[in-house]
Amino acid sequence: MHEMTLAEQMLQIIEEAAIAQNFTQVKTVWMEVGRLSCVEKEALRFCFSAVVEETVARRAKLEFIDIKGRGLCAQCECEMDINTLYDACPACGSYAIQIIAGNEMRIRELEVE
Amino acid sequence: MCTTCGCGTKHIHMDGDILYHHEYAETVGGHTHHMHASVINESRRVRIEQAILAKNNHFAQHNRHYLAQQGIFMVNLVSSPGSGKTTILIETIKALQNEIPIAVIEGDQQTDQDAVRIRATGVPAVQINTGKGCHLDAHMVGHAMEKLDLQSNSLLFVENVGNLVCPAAFDLGEAHKVVILSVTEGEDKPLKYPDMFHAADVMLLNKCDLLPYLSFDVSCAIDFARRINPALQVIQISAIQGSGLQQWIDWIKSGHQQAAQVVMTEKAIL
Repeated sequence: MHEMTLAEQMLQIIEEAAIAQNFTQVKTVWMEVGRLSCVEKEALRFCFSAVVEETVARRAKLEFIDIKGRGLCAQCECEMDINTLYDACPACGSYAIQIIAGNEMRIRELEVE
Repeated sequence: MCTTCGCGTKHIHMDGDILYHHEYAETVGGHTHHMHASVINESRRVRIEQAILAKNNHFAQHNRHYLAQQGIFMVNLVSSPGSGKTTILIETIKALQNEIPIAVIEGDQQTDQDAVRIRATGVPAVQINTGKGCHLDAHMVGHAMEKLDLQSNSLLFVENVGNLVCPAAFDLGEAHKVVILSVTEGEDKPLKYPDMFHAADVMLLNKCDLLPYLSFDVSCAIDFARRINPALQVIQISAIQGSGLQQWIDWIKSGHQQAAQVVMTEKAIL
C-alpha cells in the first residue's frame, strides 16, 4: 500500500502550497496519473480521503487526469502508444522501448479559497 | 508524519527506537493551526506542477551525493518475500568481507531477525521496521546511513521489504536495484509485476539447485523479464549451494572498484 505514502506526500505538497499561496481551503485537486505509473487510482483516492481529515484539504475533491503511455522504439525509432511495460513495438516487434510519457504522478493544479 | 518528507515516521522503528526526523518534534500537529491568519473566500486556481515523489527523490539525491563522495557502492536488493535475499546477502558478505568493508540496512515490517542474521557474520547492520509500511524510502535510509558510520570505499547493501510492488517506486540513492526471482515462483512473475523488473539493472535467478524438481522454464522467465527491460543483466545462482555466486561477486567487485575509482580521480584532480 504505497498509496498511503503517496497520499501523505500529496497532503504535504498541498500544505506547503497553502502557506506559500495563502489559502485555507482546497476545493479540488487535479492530479496527473500516468498509465504506466505505480498508482492504483482508487486506492489512492481512499488513502487521500483518510489523510486529509482535519486539514486544509478535508473537503477536497480529487480529480485524476489520465496520461497515456508513450514509447520510443530504440530499434526503429518510431513513437507509439503503450499500455504496459512489456509492449512490443508495433512496427518492428522490438521490446527495447524507452518510455517517454506515462510515468507521471504529479499534482497539476488546485482550486482553492 | 515527518514534515520534511511526509513518510509517516511515527510508525517506523530503527533498531527498536522510534525514528523521528530532526525537524519532526517542532512541527508535529501543526497541520492546520498556522493557516487561519488570513481568510480569503474567493475560489481561485493554483498551479502546482509538482511530482508526488519529489521529496523522496530529493532525499535520494542527497544520499547518492554522499555515497559518491565517499566512494561507497550501494545496492538495493528487492524481491517478493522468501526469494532468498538474506541468504544471498550472507553468502555475499562471507565471500567479500575480508577484502572490502561492508554494511547492511535491513528493511522489514516487524522483527530484527534479518539484522541479527547479518550481524552474526561480523558485519554492522541497522534494522528498519516500517510498521505498516510496505517499502523503504530515501529518508529512512539516509538516517540508517548516519547510524552506520560508513567507511569510505565500502559496500552498502540495502535489503528492502519483501514486496515486488511498492519498493519499485522509491529511489533510495542506490547505484543499482537488484531484483531477485526464485525458481519456486512462477516464470511469469516479471509480467505480473513489471515495475520492479523495469526498475532493476540486474536479476538474480535464485534457488537454481531446485530446477530438476520443478517445471520452471528458465529461458521463458528471462525472456519475460527482458521484454520489460532488454538491458537487464541476469545471473543464475544458488545461494545455498554456491553455483553462479562468483559471477555475482565479480559484478559487485567491479561496481565497488568503479565507485572507489571515481573518488580517487576526483581527489587527484583537486
